[in-house]
Order: sequence, then C-alpha cells, then structure tokens
Amino acid sequence: MDISTTTTVPADTATSANCIPQALLHLHAVDYHAGNRHILNKVNLHLQQGQILTLIGPNGAGKTTLVKIALGLLTPTSGTVNRSADLRIGYMPQKLQVETTLPLSVERFLQLAPRAAPADIAGALLEVGAAHVRHSRLQSLSGGEMQRVLLARALLGKPDLLVLDEPTQGVDLKGQADLYSLITRLRDSHNCGVLMVSHDLHLVMSATDEVICLNQHVCCHGHPEQVGNDPAYLELFGQAGARAMAVYTHHHYHEHTLAGEVVAEHVHDDSCQHEHAPHVLANPQLRGKDGQ
Amino acid sequence: MTDFLLRAVVAGLLLALVAGPLGCFIVWRRMAYFGDTLSHSALLGIALGLLLNLNMQLTVIFICCMVALLLVLMETRKSLATDTLLGILAHSSLAVGLVLLSFTKTQIDLQAYLFGDLLTVTNVELLWLLGGCALVMVVLLSNWNALLSFTVQPELAQVEGLNVARLRVLLMLIIAVVVAVAMKIVGVLLITSLLIIPAATARLFARSPEQMAFGASLSGCMAVAGGLTASWFWDTPTGPSIVVVAAALFAVSALLKGRQ
Repeated sequence: MDISTTTTVPADTATSANCIPQALLHLHAVDYHAGNRHILNKVNLHLQQGQILTLIGPNGAGKTTLVKIALGLLTPTSGTVNRSADLRIGYMPQKLQVETTLPLSVERFLQLAPRAAPADIAGALLEVGAAHVRHSRLQSLSGGEMQRVLLARALLGKPDLLVLDEPTQGVDLKGQADLYSLITRLRDSHNCGVLMVSHDLHLVMSATDEVICLNQHVCCHGHPEQVGNDPAYLELFGQAGARAMAVYTHHHYHEHTLAGEVVAEHVHDDSCQHEHAPHVLANPQLRGKDGQ
Repeated sequence: MTDFLLRAVVAGLLLALVAGPLGCFIVWRRMAYFGDTLSHSALLGIALGLLLNLNMQLTVIFICCMVALLLVLMETRKSLATDTLLGILAHSSLAVGLVLLSFTKTQIDLQAYLFGDLLTVTNVELLWLLGGCALVMVVLLSNWNALLSFTVQPELAQVEGLNVARLRVLLMLIIAVVVAVAMKIVGVLLITSLLIIPAATARLFARSPEQMAFGASLSGCMAVAGGLTASWFWDTPTGPSIVVVAAALFAVSALLKGRQ
C-alpha cells in the first residue's frame, strides 16, 4: 500500500490572503480500506476559506470515515491529505454520550477545551445562543441545546475550519433550520470554512455552497442546483431527493405554514434573482397558487 | 502494640486517597472489569516472584503493567468480544498463579493475598505503597484535564491536540501500579471494590468531576477507618471489613439521596 499522507503543506504565502480565499483542505484520490471492505474509493475534496461544503449520501457511504480522514483521526490507505499550515480545526462529533456517572456541567465541559478562558466560554455560548444552559448538567440538555454546546466547544479553538458531523442529529425540524442558519452566520462572522455531513437534504441545500454526493466514491459534486439535477443524485436519493430540491428551490421566496398555505409571498419584480421554472415543474400542485 | 496499627491506618488512608480519583475514572470509563483482570493477574506476579526468587513487589508491578498493556492492545482492537476475553484473562491468570504457587516450597499465606492483611503491613511494604501512591497521584493531578477530556470524548480530545493513545496507556498503567501496591491491603479479590464503591457513593452527591473525586477519597478514608475499627474490636478480617463499610456507606447514601 502506498501511503503518502502529508499533514501540512506550506501555505501559499505568495497569494494575497485578502483577495483569494485560502485553500484550507485538499484531499486527493483518497482510498480507505477497513479489513477487506473498500470504504472510500478515489475521493477528491477541496475546501476553501469561507466556503460551506456538505457531504451527503446514504448510510454506509463513508461520510464519517471521510470526515475522520480530513481531521487526521484516520490515515487513508492511499491518497494525499493536505491541510494548510497551522490549520486550526473546530470539530463537532456526531454524538456526545456522556456517562450518567460523570457529573459535568456545560461550563466544565467547555473548560476542557485547551486554553479556554472564562470570557471565551461566555462569548462562545452567547454566539451559539446557549448562554442560558451554562450551568446546566450536560446530560439534561435537549438535542438542540446539546448541538449548540458542541458548536460552542468547536468555536473555542478559534477555528479556521469547522468540521461538523451531522450537526442536527436529534433536533426537531424547526431546530434544524435554526441550526443551519446559525452555521451560516458562524461561517460569515468567523470567515472559516465549514465541512459538514448531513442527512437533511431539503434543509442543507439552501445552507451550503457546495455539495459532494458520496457513495464510497464521489457520485457528483458542485453547487446545490447542479447536484440536484444530476442523474447520479436522483438515482441515489430518488423521489425524496427530487422533493428536497423542490423545497430548496422554492425556499427562496416564500414559506409555508404546516398546512401548506403560502405565508408570505414577496412581490416579483426585476430585482428577483431566482429561477422559477424548476420549482413550478417539481411542484405541479403549487402551480395554481404562485405560478405565473 | 500500636506500631502495626499505625502502619495499617497510614497504609489504608494512603490507598483510599489515591483510589478516590482513580476509581472515578474506572467508573466513568466503565473499566471495572479491567481492574478485576489486573488484580487477578497480581497473584501471578506473586507466584513468579516466589518461583524465580525475584523481588516480590517489583515482580507484581511488572506483571500488572504487562497485563495492562495487553488490555490496551485488546481495547484498541474492537473486533474482539472484550468482556469474554477479560473474563478468560482474569480467571486464567488467577488459576495459573494458584497452580504455580503450589510448586513453591515456601509456605505463603494465600488468604492474605486474596483478601488482604492490612494489619501485617511491614515498613518496606508501606514505603512501596507510599512511592506507588505518590507517583499515581502526581500523574493523575498533572494530567487531570487531559484525562477528563479524553474520557468525555476521545476523538474531540484528539482533534484538540491531545495524545489520546498516550493517555489510554497512562491511565491503564497507573491503575496497574495501584492494584499492585494495594494487593497487600485489601487483597486481589477486593481491590476493585475499593476503587469503585467510594466513587459510586461520591457520585450521589457530586456536582462536578472534582467534587466526585474528592468525595470518593473521603468516603474511601471513612471506609478504611470504619473497617479497621471493626477489625480491631470484633476481630473481623480487615480487607473484607473495609469493603463492607464502603458498601454500607454507599447503601446509606443511596437511601438518603432517594428519600429527598
């Protein structure tokens, strides 16, 4: 097996950091075998500063394995992993199961991050909207609160790159949308890259710059619109995937109540940037309401 | 007359002090069975020490550390059914130890090794205990946050820059050292209980990991004091008496806590 993993490469210091976003992470032709199972096959991945990249794919597609390789927790069987020099990574693991025998408050949990000053902890909790649980027991948090606390821990290291493995696990639908918009806000305020794994097709499509559709190999990748129209995507996700794209495309201009009624429709004028056709085609039942 | 009692008190309290925080990690990481396996293998150390005419205490520490490293190796290879293998390792090392002991010409007090004999602790044994406990305490305190972070989420700890493999070995080795030096006090069959029961008692009242560690030390010390007192007045075996008091403290605490 040829293992040629370089963990750091000198940053492209020649390029001005101000105009050209810095490349944070580059994976090239990554293969991973576990025993005789071939989990990843020639996977390429490129992530830049300020970019949100989402990995989608069915269970067992190797998403978490790929994330662990990107983090350096696993070494690929072959292929190269390049991280920019001194890359600070904030990691949010898929789940945190703290033994009930371990009495741990949110604050003490956050203090476990290296060099976490009290002011930083308060700031991070405020930023993720979880200041109120600071003194709560970790095991008493709701799904959404727990994910926010994990995000706060990831932010404490002042990361250039956030790696989030299923950030909305165990969170209700409304909470999921809130979390994705929080992630987008964090990307903007910290100007960091985001690599995340997600199952929430319909929500994630509007919250990401780039999608990689993974099923052991990269089925397709690109902007959410491109991926949504890709036959490989439709084959992998079928009807659910098509519906997700439909929700995604019409997410831009109105919201529905739970009963499906259109809540707020903005006035369509020349300033509208969005494309209407795919939405109307994908949702014939809505055509009567807001089709033109 | 009071010399041996003084040694017994010092030895018991020393051990309880260290067993508190260490026992917490055993509880948090669900390592009770690991502790059992290590302590059972201590008897193998005794047998080898006697047969090969080596320093007994050093041999026991060496054997315990070797078994600890073997366990780390097993833990990282998840493909094996850990509890079964631990059971095999624990009881076969105990059995091999007992069989080997039957070949030695020296008559040894097997009962003392199985159930402990705090009242016959010698000055040399006390020094070994002091050295071992001091070492373990220093390692525990200087790595406290790292060990805690590793216990809560090892992968997160690793991404944050901790050497998780080193911490895993470190924790296992200090358990091995404590088991090896504590063998004389409560015996191989009861060591794990002195690690776990006080920690479980402290858990009922603790609101932070540090409180739990401190509370475990405290309730361990109370168990030692109570056990020695019972042994002194009613001539009960010391090791089991200590464990009985520890268990009683847990039961009373659980009842009190449950009533609230």
